[in-house]
Amino acid sequence: MTHEFLQNYWWLIMSVLGALLVFMLFVQGGQSMLIGTKSKKRPLLVNSLGRKWELTYTTLVTFGGAFFASFPLFYSTSFGGAYWLWILILFSFVIQAIAYEYRTKHGNVYGTRFYDTLLLINGVVGPVLLGVAVAGMFFGVDFTVEKGKILDASIISQWGSRHGLEAIMSWKNLLFGFMVFFLSRTIASLYFINNIDDAEVQKSQHKQLSFNAGIFVVLFLAVVAVILTSPGVEINAKGFAKWVNYKYLHNFLDMWWVLMVLLLGVVMVLFGIGKSLLNKEWKCGIWWAGTGTVLVVMSLFWVLGYNNTAYYPSKLDVQSSLTIRNSSSSHFTLTAMSYVSLLVPFVVAYIAWVWRKMDLTKLTDKEIKQAGDDEIY
Amino acid sequence: MGELLMNVVDWSRAQFALTACYHWLFVPLTLGLGIIIGVMETIYYRTRDEKWLATTKFWMTLFGVNFAIGVATGIILEFEFGTNWSNYSWFVGDIFGAPLAIEGILAFFMESTFIAVMFFGWKKVSPKFHLASTWLTALGASISALWILVANAWMQYPTGCTFNPETMRNEMTDFWAVALSPMAMSKVFHTVTSAWALSGAFVVGVCGWMLLKGRNRDHCIRSMKVGGWVGFIGIVLTSISGDTSAVTVAKHQPMKLAAMEGLYEGSPGQSIVAFGILNPKKEIGNSEDPFLFDISIPHGLAFLATHDPDGYVPGIEDIILGKGGTSKGFGLKPLSFEQRKEHGKVAMHALAFYNDALKSRDSTLLQQYKQEIEDNFKYLGYTYLEEPEESVPNVPLTFYSFHFMVTIGGYLMLFFIVVLLLLYKPKWVPGRTKFQKLGYWLAIITIPLAYLCSMSGWIVAEVGRQPWTIQDLMPNKVAISDLSAGYVQTTFWIFAVVFTALLIADVSIICKQISKKSKTNLDVVETK
Repeated sequence: MTHEFLQNYWWLIMSVLGALLVFMLFVQGGQSMLIGTKSKKRPLLVNSLGRKWELTYTTLVTFGGAFFASFPLFYSTSFGGAYWLWILILFSFVIQAIAYEYRTKHGNVYGTRFYDTLLLINGVVGPVLLGVAVAGMFFGVDFTVEKGKILDASIISQWGSRHGLEAIMSWKNLLFGFMVFFLSRTIASLYFINNIDDAEVQKSQHKQLSFNAGIFVVLFLAVVAVILTSPGVEINAKGFAKWVNYKYLHNFLDMWWVLMVLLLGVVMVLFGIGKSLLNKEWKCGIWWAGTGTVLVVMSLFWVLGYNNTAYYPSKLDVQSSLTIRNSSSSHFTLTAMSYVSLLVPFVVAYIAWVWRKMDLTKLTDKEIKQAGDDEIY
Repeated sequence: MGELLMNVVDWSRAQFALTACYHWLFVPLTLGLGIIIGVMETIYYRTRDEKWLATTKFWMTLFGVNFAIGVATGIILEFEFGTNWSNYSWFVGDIFGAPLAIEGILAFFMESTFIAVMFFGWKKVSPKFHLASTWLTALGASISALWILVANAWMQYPTGCTFNPETMRNEMTDFWAVALSPMAMSKVFHTVTSAWALSGAFVVGVCGWMLLKGRNRDHCIRSMKVGGWVGFIGIVLTSISGDTSAVTVAKHQPMKLAAMEGLYEGSPGQSIVAFGILNPKKEIGNSEDPFLFDISIPHGLAFLATHDPDGYVPGIEDIILGKGGTSKGFGLKPLSFEQRKEHGKVAMHALAFYNDALKSRDSTLLQQYKQEIEDNFKYLGYTYLEEPEESVPNVPLTFYSFHFMVTIGGYLMLFFIVVLLLLYKPKWVPGRTKFQKLGYWLAIITIPLAYLCSMSGWIVAEVGRQPWTIQDLMPNKVAISDLSAGYVQTTFWIFAVVFTALLIADVSIICKQISKKSKTNLDVVETK
């Protein structure tokens, strides 16, 4: 296997992990609805989400670890550079991790409402800021990279003085972030419809679905329009980088198969939402919209990294922009990691199998009432 | 710039230490309690005795509370390599990232998938499937520990890699050398089995409290039998792997070993300090005695470090001055600090001009630089240090932590032997009735002692390797991110407050759960 092939392959793996992460953000979307939900029905929603939160969490951690292993220069540049952005994301996930386990436990010191507020914070901050972070990959960020600086004990990746705050303040990035947020809420409603057997919850979630999906579709169209009209950084045969207008549009046109995947994904998402709204008895919307989401996100990653494109453009020094060629691990490491990646389908298979087994019977009020203290959140 | 840089370095180190310390408060209990619960549920599965099910569920509750906060503090650690150690992430990301990714793919998904079955699957899956899920959760936690410890061990003993001057980073050349290095193996076994010992102490200690209160005697006996055995096996294996660790450290990190022993001038047949009080006036190069008071065992350190009672162990000053030509079984060439610095400078010079030679296609020069880099790269880190003192870790902290760890480790061995004797051969233990209450208190006090012991081990491992982020190659001050000290200081305090608040909640919930459940009948399964 050539080094180029391995770099492409690992970008594909990253796109799969990134896409699965965005899909799994329905946990966060669901959390953002908890405080507005009638307290009588809240335990159903919390317990439904509580049996999945660790999968989202693990996907995020694995996404980070895999990025570190395959494209360490991104890890080094983005995490240390956009410090506040990443710290806020991490902070929101730290408070999530304990909130489920502690919220109803005796002696939890701060009370259930406090932990529900933590879930709300993670539910909003997590998707919005992860969206902001990904948007930076499209629209560019303020950094420079000079690897030789390590010799005189200087830092190879330099960033603008606001260290990620400027990314949070950018309207384009925020547009992207809120699009992800409303997508996560949309999929959360579809998940609840699928996972909870309760008439009242079904009714309220169909209502939520129409509201959130409406906003999501508008934001998605706006984001696509902005991306297609934005410039991107192209790398020529000599490795020289330059800004090119409509770069992402050109990428879609140059790589027709990516466009097809995008369109297929969009159709599946719309079908999942539309049929769920029209047929209240239909519970499979999450699988259609979820698969569609995975396809859309993967296609976005592909236009970011393939076709001689810099997936992390630098607005300060275009030659510092990161590509899958200049930021990847060595041939040996990518090869070794590729063997490990062969286990990914096996991992996905056992997750799907366990998920199916656990969700064979849908969650009901009765199950919550009959469960022991340790079996409910 | 120098002072500012030091501040960022210090705050970055403080933040990482804070996160690691909090993380390590919860991880060992997850590692060991997972095994203990697995054993208990296996007994239930084989006997179908509901009492064992009740006992399993009791400990599972505590496992869940502890697991959540371990997960919370763990995510920060992984991402802090990027947020606070940017140069490091590039310099060794090609090697260090792989174990982290493997940890995520192999271990985290296993844990997070099967823990849901473990807690919520009692009525949804068969008993066999449930038992398998419990063991897979425990296995996932141990696999996770394995890969993160492989990564940590590599920082202490960089192997299986070569430096690429074109990319300015270390690149992996031998995956198995990284994964199966002696440092990694001894670290994995020492850490994981010490977690079993800590968890055994936790189970016995909690039972001690319940017995003191006169509650659920049978449940306590059941729990203590499993906890006692897991703890005993754990501490025996910890001692054996500790011996291997000492030999590995002696070979690859002699400065750390010297600091662990407060040894400034070594000799063949070096004695080991069983107990000692360091002399605060002792500095490198002065004639003060390193100890105000000490009790030493002749030939002890020589035997521990080299498995030869007459083996040579260098002290701090010997390593700096390059003394010790008769070193037996040591990998370190007796180069002085200055000589290592000179070698590092040659590598640094070659690196600085390598790319120029590459551009001008001067093959002779290129070959010369390549050779110079290859021959001298292992001392590169010394060029970043000004004075020899910078290459010495904090001796008092390393020394006292090491001796505390060893003392408590010895106590734990004795503790578990007595616990098992009381459970299986009570008549062999004199005064068991007379000192019953004292015994229960001792069991309770053993819990914090085991935690302190475990934490001390990590202090020895991490403080003892200072100033290196990567042994001999990259000191802390070169590994950092481009951040102001104020930024890192702010996040340090945010995390300190958040982690402390969470710890308070964690301890409060665990205490309340123990107290509440101990008042119920733990011989029957709670039903609604």
